[in-house]
Amino acid sequence: MRSIVCIKRVPDSEARLRVAADGLAIDPSGVKFSMNPYDEFALEEALRLKERSGEGSVTAVTVGPDDARETLRSALAMGADEGVLLRAAGSYDGLAVARALADEITTREYDLVLFGKQAIDDDGMQVPAMVAQLLSLPCATVVVDLQIEGGIATAKREIEGGHEIVEFDLPGVVAAQKGLNEPRYPSLKGIMAAKKKPLEEKDIVMVEPKIDLLALTPPPARPEPQIVGEGADAVPELVRRLREEAKVL
Amino acid sequence: MADILAYAETRDGALRPVAGEVVATARKLADQMGGQVVAVVVGGPGSSEVASGLSRFGADRILVCEAESLSLYQPDATVELLASVTASVVPGAILFPASAQGKDLAARVAARLDVALGSEATEIVVEDGSPVINRPMYGGKAYGRFRFLESPALISIRPNVFPATADPRETVVESLAPVDVTPRTRVVAVEAAERAALDVREAPVVVAGGRGLQDAANWQLLEDLVDALGDEATLGASRAVVDAGWRPHSEQVGQTGKVVSPNLYFAVGISGAIQHLAGMRTAGVIVAVNKDAEAPIFGVANYGVVGDLFEVLPRLTEEIRAARRSDG
Repeated sequence: MRSIVCIKRVPDSEARLRVAADGLAIDPSGVKFSMNPYDEFALEEALRLKERSGEGSVTAVTVGPDDARETLRSALAMGADEGVLLRAAGSYDGLAVARALADEITTREYDLVLFGKQAIDDDGMQVPAMVAQLLSLPCATVVVDLQIEGGIATAKREIEGGHEIVEFDLPGVVAAQKGLNEPRYPSLKGIMAAKKKPLEEKDIVMVEPKIDLLALTPPPARPEPQIVGEGADAVPELVRRLREEAKVL
Repeated sequence: MADILAYAETRDGALRPVAGEVVATARKLADQMGGQVVAVVVGGPGSSEVASGLSRFGADRILVCEAESLSLYQPDATVELLASVTASVVPGAILFPASAQGKDLAARVAARLDVALGSEATEIVVEDGSPVINRPMYGGKAYGRFRFLESPALISIRPNVFPATADPRETVVESLAPVDVTPRTRVVAVEAAERAALDVREAPVVVAGGRGLQDAANWQLLEDLVDALGDEATLGASRAVVDAGWRPHSEQVGQTGKVVSPNLYFAVGISGAIQHLAGMRTAGVIVAVNKDAEAPIFGVANYGVVGDLFEVLPRLTEEIRAARRSDG
């Protein structure tokens, strides 16, 4: 199995974020960045597919600035064979990112293109299906189980209140949801080996965005919290307030 | 003058609840942009009957494409169908639900039409004749306001945020012929979850549990509360208990789970990690039950009860049952 895994460097999910002074970005100072957690499931699945088939390759690709190199190194440390940095500032327009990735993917040979179902910074959930559409590939998003046999992929997709089982012929696109697998931690050996693995870097020109960020703001403030009381004795008063004050019961 | 296309999602021969939200939101947008609401319904045979229900939310035209092959979600055929409708209607915006199907479809349509998509909008306004959206990013830790530079503006709306306001009118139901496309994917089965429950993103009331419950078996306490709250309530979970294998990931609320906006959210035994708070802070009313008075969850809760959840929960279930009984 030859897999291409598209990954992204994002602020860690535990990070506290502040809007930068220009009101158009997150202030990166003091923020820990990591590989997008859903991308770890995608990468793990690609590694397992290669290990199971006993042949093939895993190529990690990212669009981003120089800093994204460290995310590629993490992918190599987990076991990817090579990394590709498509150097650009990135874009809030998912379609611009999808085009950059599709342009790269189309120059390569592959059986499967994997993504995390969404990046936890933009939360757009757009790029995997867009890449599939641009490359005329079959695609399954929000995948929690993947079986491949005889060139046919069977993917279990999470939908509201259940799952949809879809089938398609390779090559195709899969977007990973949590639950697909348990991603491995890089071993010390893996981290050492990663330093010697090929990491290609190229400057790219992204297409102009068709959506414009006007402002980034903190979330709306919550009402002043009220402690109703302590223990089970507070419950009648809680229920009264939910009914009479908040009118939600 | 710009018409608004509204993709009204169906499943199992019925409109999904979010379909009304999409059409009603399209109505408000069309009123501001001076156009008509054109609802599009794709589904199996009989879809035109259920589709006529959309006139209640203000659709001027309802275009229905029904075929046996469309009983289950068929992305390739639906993308081409929407592309052809877009070519004839020339809408100013196309609205989708930010559901599993809607998000998958909207991204494909954006690539097909070569326009931008704004995902999971929680607010839409019209400025200078074009839609401007506000949408949560970073799992809800920040909000982005976006303007579209080309038409149509593709927007998916977060379920449970926009009201499905009634605005009935005379509506023409027209039928659309399916587009002849060889599907690249085949849906071979749809499995319902073991417990036929509302999805945590779509339920008006969520009862979420965390590590404070101490054991998976103690979820019975939360299920009892859900039961007392009625059909609109469903279960949610913190990341810690999903990672521990106590609950399925489909119930996880937070930045790496689902971001929810119910009317009422109970956080039981959840301390309130940043990534959890990000995922539920847009709920209407938040109730927290936790034994630690310093837990960050109390910082976002409208109402907090400090105490042992094993004592508080049964009492809460009992009081809510009693209150509902007295309401008849």
